[in-house]
Amino acid sequence: MNRMLRELGLTAMIAAVVIVPMFGLHLDSENGFLEISTNWFQALTFLAAALALRATVLLSHKFPRPKIKHQAFRVFVDNPEWSVWAGRVMIVIAIALPFLPFVDRRLLDVATLILTYVAMGWGLSIMVGMVGLLDLGYAAFYAIGAYAFSLLAVDYGWSFWAALPVVIAVCCLGALIVGGPILRLRGDYFAIVTLGFAEIVRLTLINWQSLTHGPDGVTGIPRPSVFGMATFNMGEEGLPQFSDWLGIGHDPMQRLIFMYLLLLGFALLVMLLIGWLRRSTFGLAFEAIREDEIAAQAMGINRPVMKLFAYVMAAIIAGIAGAFFAARQGFVSPESFNPMESFIILSIVVLGGMGSRLGVVIAAMVLIGLPELFREFAQYRMLAFGLALVLIMIWRPQGLLAHRRPTQTLTVDKD
Amino acid sequence: MALLNVENLSMVFGGLVAVDGVSFRAEEGKITSVIGPNGAGKTTLFNCITGFYRPTSGKIICRTHGRDFDLTGMAGHHIVRQAGIARTFQNIRLFPAMTVYENMLVAEHGRISALATLNPKRYAHEVAKSRALARSWLERMDLFPYANSRADALPYGIQRRVEIARALCTSPTLLCLDEPAAGLNHTESEGLAKLLLRITKEFNVSILLIEHDMQVVMNISDHIVVLDYGRRIAEGTASEVSMNPDVIKAYLGEDAHAA
Repeated sequence: MNRMLRELGLTAMIAAVVIVPMFGLHLDSENGFLEISTNWFQALTFLAAALALRATVLLSHKFPRPKIKHQAFRVFVDNPEWSVWAGRVMIVIAIALPFLPFVDRRLLDVATLILTYVAMGWGLSIMVGMVGLLDLGYAAFYAIGAYAFSLLAVDYGWSFWAALPVVIAVCCLGALIVGGPILRLRGDYFAIVTLGFAEIVRLTLINWQSLTHGPDGVTGIPRPSVFGMATFNMGEEGLPQFSDWLGIGHDPMQRLIFMYLLLLGFALLVMLLIGWLRRSTFGLAFEAIREDEIAAQAMGINRPVMKLFAYVMAAIIAGIAGAFFAARQGFVSPESFNPMESFIILSIVVLGGMGSRLGVVIAAMVLIGLPELFREFAQYRMLAFGLALVLIMIWRPQGLLAHRRPTQTLTVDKD
Repeated sequence: MALLNVENLSMVFGGLVAVDGVSFRAEEGKITSVIGPNGAGKTTLFNCITGFYRPTSGKIICRTHGRDFDLTGMAGHHIVRQAGIARTFQNIRLFPAMTVYENMLVAEHGRISALATLNPKRYAHEVAKSRALARSWLERMDLFPYANSRADALPYGIQRRVEIARALCTSPTLLCLDEPAAGLNHTESEGLAKLLLRITKEFNVSILLIEHDMQVVMNISDHIVVLDYGRRIAEGTASEVSMNPDVIKAYLGEDAHAA
């Protein structure tokens, strides 16, 4: 009982530190003056709720845990057959989504955003999941891709499809230049340098005004054409409007659906690439490096080159995702690529379970979809985000779907 | 020229001379052992041969398939792929989360050139060849039943065998084993000794062996090199080496002979 009181006292103290400034104090602006008003009732309610939650958790330790249900669920989740089927069902739903009756602009827009993050999550999982290198600055290539396309389109009038190969080349070159020296670093050192690289990219975007338009960002980015055959941009010369081209009525949804399908196509390509990589000799080499670098070298694997190869591939995927992001938004600014962006992509990979393709999709839906759909509760978004991370780390520290399926199996009956 | 020729090899770390002007040869089709008390520089020697360290001075020449390779300046992965020198480690270094079969197949990557992956027909052919090779090593090393289990779930003795089989999957001409009998019980190390003899006689892979288990070393070695404080103090057959007063002194201390 004594211990419990001590625990509760500690909880109250920690909770008060967080809750009082967040809920107890409000900043009001009246007649151009800022005033602080207090709302003790609200603060106390939240404090009581926090204490009640802690007390429940403490009490629950005194009783045996209901193991059976948990275990059954684990068997269900870790069953590879299940995830294969779930993946197929999801692909079908994803293809059908824009044509479902209840889907509105907003949902489709969120789904497109989720797809961007799914593709990037898969791209980063090459580095983090397969090669085992913690990349904290993945958004750097997202930014480079987005800006490469935006600047080519706005300042030089390139079309999306003409700019795409250049975007890929720029990301490839960037990854080679940066990756060459930093991939020699191991573990934490590599992680820190990537974090620094992302910041350098962001600060360059803010300060190199003559090239990047500085902190104001780039506006008026054109939408991608329908593979050079029709356009969604008003007043663009040479190409017919999409609705005229097909001879159907004009509907702003058409552009959103096209954008969604483009992203879906891209994500599916990345998915196939990851699947192929995992089964190829490159996948074996990547995993060998993750498992034991020294032994991998002793098996004849060229470590620096393989790591660079993974880094370049991940960078290209992020770059293309960035170009799509810019084309979807029509606007980019350096603030779209702050460190939080890298952390969110990393969280998607870690929470999804390293190397699990389906896990990344689920994590992206939870971490990107839910906050977007519940924008009304904007001020609690980060709170919910944190809560989700804590819960998943308690419940499944290895990630939602972390079962590693062998990529190669030896069948005995082949003789 | 012998398969492996180490000439006047030295490795210095700061002020510490770990290997001091060591020369020896490892002949083809033979088991050559390197022994010596703890800290004598045996593993450092291995790391120089297999490209993990760049020696301070001296030469390591390897004659594989009629070609001479100077290992002192070669990248680690080239030493495995071109010169055909594979190794195991003192503390087992498997790829723990991967299955035994996948551990074997990592060698595949070294064998298939990046260009071959662009040619689907050749790629499929190469992959099939490597898989057949991996399979045959699993069978020859009696590891077939463990093929699809995770490497870290296996007993220690079997992990040792997996590591040797994995090294053999790179199709080496010289297999360097760093204390393969460490941590094995008496029966297991007898089995290991038989296995090593089979590897040289039947599968035609020469062996360079570091070992503390004298039973194993004395029974199977064709040639023994003794190191102490980084220098070669003796060399010869098992009986020659075990009679050598310097060797006895190094192992048992100064007064052992008199006592």
